[in-house]
Amino acid sequence: MIETRDLWVRFGPVAAVRELSFRAEPGGWTALIGPNGAGKTSALRALAGLAAYDGSVFLDGRDARRLGRRAVARLVAFVPQKPETPPALTVAEYVLLGRTPHIPYLGGEGRRDREAASDALRRLELEEFAERRLGSLSGGELQRVVLARALAQEAPVLLLDEPTTALDLGRQQLVLELVDALRGDGLTVVTTMHDLTLAGQYAEHLILLDGGSVVAEGMAAEVLSAPNVAAHYGANVRVVKDEAGVFVVPVRTR
Amino acid sequence: MVALVVGLAVGPVHVGLGSILRSALSYVPLAHVHQPLAAVDRAVIWQIRAPRVALAGLVGGMLAVAGASYQGVFRNPLCDPYLLGVAGGAGLGATLAIVYASAAATGSNWTVPLAAFGGATAAVVATYVLGRSAGAVHTSGALVLAGVTMATFTAAVQTFVQQRHTQQLQNIYAWLLGGFSTATWREVAICAPYIAVSSLVLVLHRRVLDVLSLGDDEAASLGVDVSRARLAIVVAATLGTAAAVSVSGLIAFVGIIVPHTIRLLVSTSYRAVLPLSLLAGAGFLVLADVLARTLLSPAELPIGVVTAFCGAPFFAVVLRTARGAR
Repeated sequence: MIETRDLWVRFGPVAAVRELSFRAEPGGWTALIGPNGAGKTSALRALAGLAAYDGSVFLDGRDARRLGRRAVARLVAFVPQKPETPPALTVAEYVLLGRTPHIPYLGGEGRRDREAASDALRRLELEEFAERRLGSLSGGELQRVVLARALAQEAPVLLLDEPTTALDLGRQQLVLELVDALRGDGLTVVTTMHDLTLAGQYAEHLILLDGGSVVAEGMAAEVLSAPNVAAHYGANVRVVKDEAGVFVVPVRTR
Repeated sequence: MVALVVGLAVGPVHVGLGSILRSALSYVPLAHVHQPLAAVDRAVIWQIRAPRVALAGLVGGMLAVAGASYQGVFRNPLCDPYLLGVAGGAGLGATLAIVYASAAATGSNWTVPLAAFGGATAAVVATYVLGRSAGAVHTSGALVLAGVTMATFTAAVQTFVQQRHTQQLQNIYAWLLGGFSTATWREVAICAPYIAVSSLVLVLHRRVLDVLSLGDDEAASLGVDVSRARLAIVVAATLGTAAAVSVSGLIAFVGIIVPHTIRLLVSTSYRAVLPLSLLAGAGFLVLADVLARTLLSPAELPIGVVTAFCGAPFFAVVLRTARGAR
């Protein structure tokens, strides 16, 4: 469970996030959407404890500020938009690094850590990749490996910054389905997302940010309206709804 | 191990391997091995060659492990242990000592090592202050730039002092190029504690260095205090390097060749790179020292020439592979 109250992120005089308050329950998927520069990534970084903020973040009901860095890392796993993947590391070595918050500062991995790492590999069907080097993987495989590292962290909250950028359509669906399956065990998922149609289909709660403020919030059918998208993205779209979900389709004007 | 034995056995005075071994055993209590060597040979082995081998091993291991750590902390494969102004500071300190205290005449005097150590430490502290004022705590780039600035500045002052005292030029150069020709057990004793502590701290940080290789953000999201970890590693590497430099002068390339060889041959994980660099660095420098004192025997080649001669071509290869991997 993760909750924010009156969260502000400031860069000098500029407020990137204003008054963000929301609550994500175990098993829930919340998507932060909005145009470039709306404050999605800043908000997510504040949730992970990587950006200074005003207001409060609660993890499992506890004030994140009062928790140490390691305690926060045991409760929140964060995957940045462009994760650093040293090309010569093997998949197994990389995933094992996800155990860091459970290992003493100068210590080494124990049996429990190796088990958690191989569990994560199994969950994402990466066992046969274990000895491959990161540099030899495709974009889709790499994204799964990064997810496995976050999973090995065994944190109840998973924060993903644009998990599908640079993936083709099929890989996007694959990765999002994997994330969706992880929710079954009570994982709380918060993502930023670019693609509104995918956001609407996978997340059950959407928060539309513009200029750092929440301008719309709720289920896909409520948030993803043509006027909303026009007003905040400056885009001309047609919104199609059917039993499969909500589709936001760009339409060229002229 | 092999390098150790070679380092003991090779030299202008020929002493058989078996005798050295038995001589060593004779020092072990309860072993009851008869000392086979004459007093002169014994002195050559245990008072001249052994401290030399020990010192070369300590310095080589330290430089290699410090180089590997710097490369990890700054995530730059071309960093060497002299980054952050260690070399320039030590060079300036030693030059000042040679020129103004005319310490070089006595060779094994304490003044030059102390001045070099002080110069190196002062330069690194100045680099850190300069880098911090430019906001370098989070961006390691500013710290590296501050190091380059400091190196250039100290080199300028050092050259100026050196030009004013050309009669000491040879002594200054002999120090700058590095070497172990004056090694005694005393020098080993001076630098061993620093090197032992520094390399222990660094080797213990091997997993942390792997985490840091994921970048500051991800390391922080994994619960590592990035600034504090970086500071601990840099302080340990710098202190150890300064201690090594103060007894050996500037020995180029060890800190780059050795870690990269391990990376190419074994693994890029710091869990392999750090401990293996320590061992390989020690072996490499002991062997380089053997070459330095035998190639032109009985004259000595500065060891910096040997390592740079092997190192420069290697450096080019590393550059090419590092670029290919991006």
